[in-house]
Amino acid sequence: MSDEHDHSEMSEIAARVRALETLLTEKGYIEEATLDALVETYETKIGPRNGARVVARAWSDPDYLKRLRKDATAAIAELGYSGRQGEHMVAVENAPGRHNLVVCTLCSCYPWPVLGLPPVWYKSPPYRSRAAIDPRGVLKEFGLDLPATTEIRVWDSTAEIRYLVIPERPPGAEGWSEEELAELVTRDSMIGAGFARSPATLEAAQ
Amino acid sequence: MNGAQDLGGMMGFGPIAREPNEPVFHAEWEKRALAMTLAAGACGLWTIDMSRSARESLPPAEYLAKSYYEIWMRGLEKLLLASGMASEIEIALGRALSPPRQVKTVLKAGDVAVALARGAPYARPAPKPARFAAGDTVRTKVINPTTHTRLPRYARGKLGVIEAARGVHVFPDSSASGRGEDPQWLYTVRLAGKELWGEDADPTIAVSIDAFEPYLDPA
Repeated sequence: MSDEHDHSEMSEIAARVRALETLLTEKGYIEEATLDALVETYETKIGPRNGARVVARAWSDPDYLKRLRKDATAAIAELGYSGRQGEHMVAVENAPGRHNLVVCTLCSCYPWPVLGLPPVWYKSPPYRSRAAIDPRGVLKEFGLDLPATTEIRVWDSTAEIRYLVIPERPPGAEGWSEEELAELVTRDSMIGAGFARSPATLEAAQ
Repeated sequence: MNGAQDLGGMMGFGPIAREPNEPVFHAEWEKRALAMTLAAGACGLWTIDMSRSARESLPPAEYLAKSYYEIWMRGLEKLLLASGMASEIEIALGRALSPPRQVKTVLKAGDVAVALARGAPYARPAPKPARFAAGDTVRTKVINPTTHTRLPRYARGKLGVIEAARGVHVFPDSSASGRGEDPQWLYTVRLAGKELWGEDADPTIAVSIDAFEPYLDPA
């Protein structure tokens, strides 16, 4: 596909979206300010830093982890995250010898309140087609070379349950505050498509 | 329906294209597409299951060629038509030619935070006791409905074990087809890799689906 073709295709859809917005606004079904507020929410307020705080709390506070295991929706709401596309949350924990990976083979189900809107790869056919049949290959493509004996559990989000992976806490961060620990938690690690960063990796990135 | 959305186990799509430091949106129109979908949904004339059904009933070649927000826009157009909120000519012109249909709510900017934080929980009171309990062996049904279902093709006719009962939820197969909420028990069912993909499959792999009771038989 040439750049030119790509560009004209984008313009066509942009025009179509604009026309639809004009129509729905004229009809009084939607309001421009509402759309702005929705966009701003997902650009600045609801994203993977929310989930990172949940993971950091789970790493730091054994009582919180217990509550997260018992009722993840309620435990996550304690930190102020709830609602659309996270109405029914389940937390799944990685451990030595066990790795969890979340997918939605049927559409793009993803825990919005804790991770925000999904990245393009999560919604696209290459990931959705392969995650259930070849999770080890997918993880290798993400740079995760798991031991051959590690059990891999794929969670296909086929209903309204949304899954948050609690990655393993990396060594070398003993005594860190929750805020510091949250810096180690990446979006991909909460999908199961990555590990949490090590303190050394974090330092190198900063 | 056995549409292009049911991707589990398909092959040949190539590598997973990850984007470092990916922005939340890749174009202005994507922002409007997302927000418009949520705001139009808030009007209350369709369910989330109807919107999934609208997207996945696109012809497979179209579904697979479009970006995700393009699919959403095509789905939204279909929902607007089906609900009588807009006509084909209005959508083509981008102009209102007739009075609006009455809708349940028009989402205001000031209500966005509260509406998102509240969400739309799908759990419902149990109409009857659960048929299965954790540890039970079940076989998923072989079904091929021409309408919306959330039982993926790769997981039909397979033996699995109930891992957890998740309560009673709105049943998408009914909700998508305008047959009301028809709440059903929902279970997480663990299926071994070998059961799904054959003897050659990696023995360390298991996949779970969240399956509604009507998808399951005792085994």
